[in-house]
Amino acid sequence: MAQHKVNYAQDGGLPVALTTIDKVVNWGRSNSLWALTYGLACCGIEMMASGASRYDFDRFGTIFRASPRQSDVMIVAGTLTKKHAEFIKRLYDQMTEPRWVISMGSCANTGGMFNTYATVQGVDRVIPVDLYLPGCAPRPETLQYGVMLLQQKIRAQKAGRAQKPKRLI
Amino acid sequence: MRAYKPKDDVQKKPYYTDRFWVAPQVPKYDVETDEVFAKDLAALKEKFEILEAYIQVEQMVVYINPEDNFEVIKFFKEELSYDQLSELSAIDWLAKRGEFEIFYQLLSMNKRKRVRVKMYIKEDQAIESVEKLFRSADWSEREMYDMFGVKVNNHPFMKRILMPYDWQGFPLRKSYPLQGDEFAQWYEVDKIYGKEARDIIGPELRDTARIDRYDSERFARLGHEVPRGAEVKDDDPINPQEYQEEGGVFLIKKLKKESSVVIDDPQR
Ligand code: SF4
Repeated sequence: MAQHKVNYAQDGGLPVALTTIDKVVNWGRSNSLWALTYGLACCGIEMMASGASRYDFDRFGTIFRASPRQSDVMIVAGTLTKKHAEFIKRLYDQMTEPRWVISMGSCANTGGMFNTYATVQGVDRVIPVDLYLPGCAPRPETLQYGVMLLQQKIRAQKAGRAQKPKRLI
Repeated sequence: MRAYKPKDDVQKKPYYTDRFWVAPQVPKYDVETDEVFAKDLAALKEKFEILEAYIQVEQMVVYINPEDNFEVIKFFKEELSYDQLSELSAIDWLAKRGEFEIFYQLLSMNKRKRVRVKMYIKEDQAIESVEKLFRSADWSEREMYDMFGVKVNNHPFMKRILMPYDWQGFPLRKSYPLQGDEFAQWYEVDKIYGKEARDIIGPELRDTARIDRYDSERFARLGHEVPRGAEVKDDDPINPQEYQEEGGVFLIKKLKKESSVVIDDPQR
């Protein structure tokens, strides 16, 4: 009966997959990263372009939400001013755990070219950041690559109930 | 190429040293050279004291006493038909002469002329609001207060407009450091986490030109990403730029970079 040469143990052999809870949970988490709409400056335009049809974020399961309660990842796209710093912290606190933060562009990473009194010199002074994207502005490809890296990072985590909360201090 | 000079403390050096080429002044002309302006000025001189008046770049510049400002602007609006206030703000001459210069930029639609009304005030002297004449003065006067600390009397809502309400200092004064005083540098930390957190979060890193290839606290090279804080030596790991790592998502075929095709012709 070996004529079919079906390897039942391989993907596509049978509609059966052996896996672990960790993997299933992380698969779900990493492939439905809902992003909080957070365009603060010109980088926001590139973030919008990534969401639009040409680059199409939806195929990664990344859908922009307008509410922090519904989102898993905050893409900080743009210049964070000191006046706004308290609100980014408040929105971050409103997101449910597990939550991740992508800092997109030089301004969000380090304050960028705005070496002035009114700009926060890197969002990591206010909230913990998982991924820094270089560029001014990063192209949509970079943002997609960043989201893919974040997915890899999520899949490498343990999916147990107790997620260690990320705290700046 | 220019010789390299360390620039890390440029901002700390005193202001008022000319870092750039200073343009010469635009020539000034007598007001009599323009018929319309000469008539306006004559009408103005009958009622108010004019300290100085000239024409520069086809605009009349008039210096008045700061106490007259409301009445002069009213006269310009109602008698001389300058019906638009395009801009008003202050200029910081505190270091040079201990005064602010306030200017009002007016436009007349039917005369097709622009006039600039100027005055000098002392640092703590308040001026009268012209918000009742021109609504556009509302935000301009708030901005002037926010940036220079010039107080305006009888303004309907005299609060900061750009900076947060609890901000200290007036950022557009020449004496204000570009990178902020101590209050500004710790503003977000103090406000969100409290002063105790200063030690933990640390001071701002202001040197944007600093690049450390092996600094994995904050950054890693593209294609060589490492976890935060990982020890990196010369042989930093290479991450293949693929959608999924080995053993990533089950059931889904892995795309390999080697087996993909790069399409050169975008018009294909
Ligand atoms: S990094 Fe560049 S493109 Fe992005 S917000 Fe800053 S200035 Fe704009």
